[in-house]
Amino acid sequence: MADQEYRVKLDLFEGPLDLLLFLIRKNELDIYDIPIATITEQYLEYLDLMRSLNVNLAADFLTMAATLVHIKSKTLLPSHADDEDEEDPRMEIVRPLLEYMKMKEAATILEEREMLNRDVFIRDFVAEELQELDEDRELAPVSLYDLLKAFKQIMEQRAVAKNVRLPSERISVQEFMEEIMEKLQERERLIFLELFPSDATKEVLITMFLAVLELVKLGRVGVFQDMVGHTISLFLPGKAAGEANAQ
Amino acid sequence: MSVAALKPIVECLLFLSGSPLSIKKLMEILDSTRAEDIREAIAAISKEYEGLEKGIRLKEVAGGYQFRSRPEFKEYIKRLRRAQVSRLSKPAMETLSIVAYKQPIMRSEIERLRGVDCGGVLRYLLEKELIRIVGRKNVPGRPLIYGTTTRFLEMFELKNLSDLPSLEELKLIDVETDDYEPDTSTESAG
Repeated sequence: MADQEYRVKLDLFEGPLDLLLFLIRKNELDIYDIPIATITEQYLEYLDLMRSLNVNLAADFLTMAATLVHIKSKTLLPSHADDEDEEDPRMEIVRPLLEYMKMKEAATILEEREMLNRDVFIRDFVAEELQELDEDRELAPVSLYDLLKAFKQIMEQRAVAKNVRLPSERISVQEFMEEIMEKLQERERLIFLELFPSDATKEVLITMFLAVLELVKLGRVGVFQDMVGHTISLFLPGKAAGEANAQ
Repeated sequence: MSVAALKPIVECLLFLSGSPLSIKKLMEILDSTRAEDIREAIAAISKEYEGLEKGIRLKEVAGGYQFRSRPEFKEYIKRLRRAQVSRLSKPAMETLSIVAYKQPIMRSEIERLRGVDCGGVLRYLLEKELIRIVGRKNVPGRPLIYGTTTRFLEMFELKNLSDLPSLEELKLIDVETDDYEPDTSTESAG
């Protein structure tokens, strides 16, 4: 989604470097010997054109314009011929341009590889719910993103149907934290999904999630994900089988 | 167990596994089997599947082995699995390759290289699990630093990070490459 927003906004040129590169290629210029006056002029023309088309111009484009004008003014100043150390002021844009070209090329090379789900495919596997939890499966540490994603799914699946609002009992993050810790002492492993009962209200779900986050922050539980089924589970610190490679 | 006896078992495990199987994992399953024997069995399977009459082949990806379809059959698979084809936009590809080659890297460094704001693209790549936050840099503001994931290796059929195509192979005219070396040592071309 974010990707789409991005593309619409910057369809023309992805950024000032992209525009500069386009101008250099269009004019078949030598990147090490850019006629700075011509390029600056053309660059500014494009900015005007983009503005007239109502393209939302990012500030980066203007910064580059300022840089170009600055370089141009520097090249116009009489140079001290005896000053050997003085660098060609154009290097200020040549260097980032070369870097940019190199990264673009790297992206092309990467994209030409046989990509999974574009050129090559692997087998479709059974839904994770159907997979049984296997004790010695490899575990990987879970990022905040994974947790948020898992929680988002829970909220979408469970909270939607619950419209009835009953006077709720007072719940606190603290209580839930204690509840989780108690269960963990008994069972060693808690499956993240199972912490969220299907008949729970939104408040309960959110409070439970906050309790998990708090425990993780305090280092009282470790959260790991199964490499195969992607089941997220909570462990007491040091108790997860695959934790050695997780730290 | 002889390699000949091992081969069909390894083949069957690879066929049924949902993610690439590492030698280590295979050793655990086939207890007390030596790594060399497993490697030999894998090599034999791989050679067998390289034959042109096969529709799938065995690839070494993300630290393990996995059966994958042959790229020449992609059109048929796309018909089989409608709308499941993944594509990355140009900005996403560029940002991803910067992260891949220069990891661990801060957002500001990525933005300096691309010359544009990368917040949206980074978020997208994080959601797709192609990159991850590897930590924070110990400089003022403690900015986040990014790196690629196992998923990234799987997506681009890479054995590990040093399997990335080396930047020296780029067709570019000689550029001062001083800060362009990928973090991991690159394999020699070939």
